[in-house]
Amino acid sequence: MATKKRPKLAVWKFASCDGCQLSLLDCEDELLAVAREIEVAYFPEGFREVIKGPYDISLVEGSITTAHDAERIHKVRRMSKTVIAIGACATSGGIQALRNFKDVKEFARYVYPRPEYISTLSKSTPLSDHINVDYELRGCPISKVQLIETVSAFLNSRKPNVPSHSVCMECKRKGNICVMVAKGIPCLGPVTHAGCDALCPTYNRGCYACFGPKESPNTGSLSRWLGERSGMKDKDIMRSFRGINAYAEPFRKESEAHE
Amino acid sequence: MTQNPVKLADEVVIDRDDLQQILDVLESDGYQTIGPVIREGVMVYGELKTVFDLPVGWTDEQGPGSYRLKKSDTPTLFGYVVGAQSWKKYLYPSVSRLWRSEREGNGFSVIEEKDQFPAYAFFGARSCEISAISIQDRVFNNDKYSDYNYNEIRRKSFIVAVNCTKPAGTCFCASMDTGPKAFAGFDIALTELLTNKRHFFIAEAGSDRGASVLSRVTFRPVTKDDKALALGVHQAALRQMVRRLNTSNLAAIFSDHFDHPQWEKVSGRCLTCGNCTMVCPTCFCHTIEDKTALDGLYAERWRKWDSCFTKDFSYIHGGSIRASEKSRYRQWLTHKLVTWVEQFGTLGCVGCGRCITWCPVGIDITEEASVIMQAPDGVSPSI
Repeated sequence: MATKKRPKLAVWKFASCDGCQLSLLDCEDELLAVAREIEVAYFPEGFREVIKGPYDISLVEGSITTAHDAERIHKVRRMSKTVIAIGACATSGGIQALRNFKDVKEFARYVYPRPEYISTLSKSTPLSDHINVDYELRGCPISKVQLIETVSAFLNSRKPNVPSHSVCMECKRKGNICVMVAKGIPCLGPVTHAGCDALCPTYNRGCYACFGPKESPNTGSLSRWLGERSGMKDKDIMRSFRGINAYAEPFRKESEAHE
Repeated sequence: MTQNPVKLADEVVIDRDDLQQILDVLESDGYQTIGPVIREGVMVYGELKTVFDLPVGWTDEQGPGSYRLKKSDTPTLFGYVVGAQSWKKYLYPSVSRLWRSEREGNGFSVIEEKDQFPAYAFFGARSCEISAISIQDRVFNNDKYSDYNYNEIRRKSFIVAVNCTKPAGTCFCASMDTGPKAFAGFDIALTELLTNKRHFFIAEAGSDRGASVLSRVTFRPVTKDDKALALGVHQAALRQMVRRLNTSNLAAIFSDHFDHPQWEKVSGRCLTCGNCTMVCPTCFCHTIEDKTALDGLYAERWRKWDSCFTKDFSYIHGGSIRASEKSRYRQWLTHKLVTWVEQFGTLGCVGCGRCITWCPVGIDITEEASVIMQAPDGVSPSI
C-alpha cells in the first residue's frame, strides 16, 4: 500500500461559506479510506501541509465574485487534471448571486462604512462561466454520499451515479407520500435535481431546491399550478425560485417571469 | 359446535368483531400481514397487527393532483380506495442489492444474495391492484425472463382482496374491466357491509389456501339477504364511477396520431418528474447501479426503480434518444396503452387512477388519451 502512487487531491475555496469542503471532513467513517487512496495535497481547511501541484483532482467550492478570483480560477484549472465544482455557489453562483438581480454598489453603500474599499464584480457567477468544469456536484451543502461516490468512481475509472432526475423519484423510492398532493404544501421537488435523498419532504416540508434545477425542469408548469391551485402570489413564486440557486438559468428565468 | 370447512368458491359471513381472527390465523400460518395504515396523516401500506391498525372511519377524496384523507361518519374499515403506494413496494422493492463481488487477482468473484424472503399476506388489496399484480407477473415471469426475487416473494404471498364500495374521483377500473369487484387472483375476497344494526363481511374463498384460513375463523352461512345487500353495494360502486378511459381505439394513439398536437400541449404541463411511473402499480422499469469501494477491492450491484421520464433512461452513446419532454410523455402513454399489448399481451393500465391523483400538476391519462385518440381538429387522420 505504501508504494502505491495515489492521485493528488486539492480543495479550493472561492466565495462560499466552507460548508461544502467541510463535507469532506464530515466523511468521518470513510475519511481514512479516502486518505489511503488519495493524497490530500492541498486542503488548507484540513491540513497544514501543502504539497505543490499539479493535482489530479481539484474540488472547487464557491462562486466567482471578484476580479482576483476570476483570474485565480484559471490558475486552478491549469494545475488540475480534473476539476469538480462542488456546491450551489460553484455550480450556480450561490445565494450571493441574489446580488445579480440588483445593483451591487448600492448594497455596498448600505452594508459597509467605507464602500470604496470593496472591490467586487457586479455578478456572482458559477465556475462554468469561467473555465471548463469536468464535473459538478450540486447542493447546499453537497451530499457527502455523492462526494464519496464521485471520488470512488474517479478512482475506479467509472461514471459516478449522480442522477439528474427529480427529487420526486427519491421521495417515491423512500416511500414518502407527496406533500404537495396529499397536504397542499408547495414543493419544488418536481423541478429540482436529486441528491439530498429528499430531505425536506421526508420531514413533511416542501423542497427548497438546494440542488438546483434538474434536467428538463418545467418551472413554468409548476408555477402555474402553484398559482392556480395553491393560490400562491406572483411575488411568492418569484421568491421560491430566487433562493440558493437563484442564478441557475431555469430558476432565474422563472423568477424573472414573476417579478 | 364445529363449523363445516369452507371450500373453494364458498361465501361465508364474518362479523366485524371476528375479522381479527383472519389476521390471527394468517400470523399463525407464518405470514407477515401488510395492509393500509395511517402514518403521519397519510395512508400507506405497512405492517398490520390488528384490525385497529386499519384506517377505521377514514375515507379519501381524490382528484387530479389532489389527495385528502377525511374522517367519515361511519366506522368502516375500508372506506377509502388506493393510496400512493401499491403492493409493488413489497413484490418488487424500490431499491435492492442484486449481488456483491470481491476482487480476486485480475478478476472477481460474485457473492450471491441469499435473501430470506418473507411470506407476505396483502390484506386489503383492491381489484385493480390484483390486476396490476397479474400484469407484473407476466413481466417478471414469462417465457424469456424470470426474476428470481419477484417470483420468490410472489409465490409465497397471500392475497386478501377487498371489494371497493365507493370509488375515488380518479378511479376508472370499470372501463378497464379490472374492478371494482375482485374476480380472480385472490385467496380471500371481502365485501364490507354496514347497516344500521350490523357490520359484517362476506368472505369468498378464492383458493384452497383461502378456504383453509376461512375454515379456522368464526363465520356463519351467507343468506340471500346478505347477497342482495352485497350486490347492491357493488352496483352502487360501479354507478358512482364517473371517470372512464375509452379503450375502443387505443391503437390509433400510436399508429395514426404519433404527431398529434396534443403531445406538444401535454408536454407543456408535464414536469417529467416521474411520479406517475413511481406510483403506477404496473410500471416495472429499473436501473442498475454499481457501487465500488474506494480501494476497488469490493463492489455491489443494486437495482433501483427508474422512470422513462428521465433522460438517463434512454441514454445511449452520445446522448438521450428521448431528449424532448414530449417524446418522454408519448413513450409512457403509448407503452401503457398500446405497445404493452404487443409486449405482454395485456394493457399496462388497470384504471387505479394513481397517475392522475399523484401527478403534481394533475395530468389525466384518460383525458389525454381521449383527445389523442381522435383526429386533431381540422386534420384528417393520416393513412
